[in-house]
Amino acid sequence: MASEPHGGLTEYISHHLKHLTPHANPEGFWAVHIDSITVSLVLGVLFCLWFWMKARKATAGVPGRGQAFAEIVLEFVDGQVKDVFHGDRRVLGPLALTVFVWVFLMNAMDLLPVDLLPWITEKFGIGHFRAVPTADTSMTFAMSLTVLILIIFYSFKAKGFSGYMNEMFTAPFGKHPLLWIPNFALNLVELLSKPVSLAMRLFGNMYAGELVFMLIAGLFSAGSWLLYGMGIVGYTVWGIFHILIISIQAFIFMVLTIVYISMAHEHH
Amino acid sequence: MLPNATLIGEMIAFAILIWFCVQFIWPHLNKAIEERQLKIAEGLDAAERARAELRDADTKVAAEIKVARQQASEIIDRAQQQANQILDKARADAIGEINRLKAAAQDDIASMAQRAREELREKVGALAVQGAAKIVQREIDPATHKALLDQLAAEV
Repeated sequence: MASEPHGGLTEYISHHLKHLTPHANPEGFWAVHIDSITVSLVLGVLFCLWFWMKARKATAGVPGRGQAFAEIVLEFVDGQVKDVFHGDRRVLGPLALTVFVWVFLMNAMDLLPVDLLPWITEKFGIGHFRAVPTADTSMTFAMSLTVLILIIFYSFKAKGFSGYMNEMFTAPFGKHPLLWIPNFALNLVELLSKPVSLAMRLFGNMYAGELVFMLIAGLFSAGSWLLYGMGIVGYTVWGIFHILIISIQAFIFMVLTIVYISMAHEHH
Repeated sequence: MLPNATLIGEMIAFAILIWFCVQFIWPHLNKAIEERQLKIAEGLDAAERARAELRDADTKVAAEIKVARQQASEIIDRAQQQANQILDKARADAIGEINRLKAAAQDDIASMAQRAREELREKVGALAVQGAAKIVQREIDPATHKALLDQLAAEV
């Protein structure tokens, strides 16, 4: 492991911040982050399977513990959607549920010991493994750009091509032809800022959280029992605090997704 | 590579974190789940109870309607019987009264005829005495000949 004496904390951290990439393409466009993809897919499949199982066995009578939990999550998400969006929730509801649970699960990977998954993968000869997909800009941008596509799709769907274009060029300043360019520029910035802020907020929080875990983990190899104990305390406290952060970040991502898409339905 | 001090420290912290979740987070989730189950169970129970009560009320109402209908028909029957009885009694009373009146009238007639006969007899007696006195030209003492006269009168 990179926390060996010769490497020091800097090398330990920089080692941990390297993604697992194919040997053939360690750099560039095809340097796919296999670790992010694997973890996110596994968690996504787990989420789908679990909810599918609960939905299939759902009863109108007294629910079992699993069904009750699924219902609580579903009701919570649906309540959030209902508060913001007044329309057909058949697409937006499941979308919000997926975003919330999936992001939460991926964030929750942060709670696993930083060295646990890399230690396991090392047994199989894989040197770099980052467990938290949401601490990877690829992952967060993948989701926020999907949201952007949905925003544009629903804008067209709600307002029609001419209506949306009309809005893009005439709001917010006015209809005068000279104002078309400033209007469009402003609207474009507004539109593009949404996925950027979505992705960067989530990434920033998770990346910072991961980094703090690594810094605290540095105490473990500091060579003093006192620092070792402090490391355990610090790691635990940060972990408990992080439960809050991962929930809030998942919640924020979900709510903003709902807000952006419901804004796409509204006319200026 | 064997697990080093870093991984062990992290695992200890992770164990404490899991303990924290078990101790402080899971009970809340559990409570929410149980409350939900309880609420749903209670709601279903209440609905079932309400349905049963409605069914009970329906059968009770039906039974009461049946009883009421029966009572009504009984009352009607009794009333009819009573009316018939009254009618019969009135008829019997009337017939009795008629018979009584008829009997009284017959009695009256009989007694009046008797009386008329008596009077007639007396008058005939007197007339016979007068006639006889005239014929005999002397006074017949009504007291001495009373028995004779009475016999005469009775023969008239």
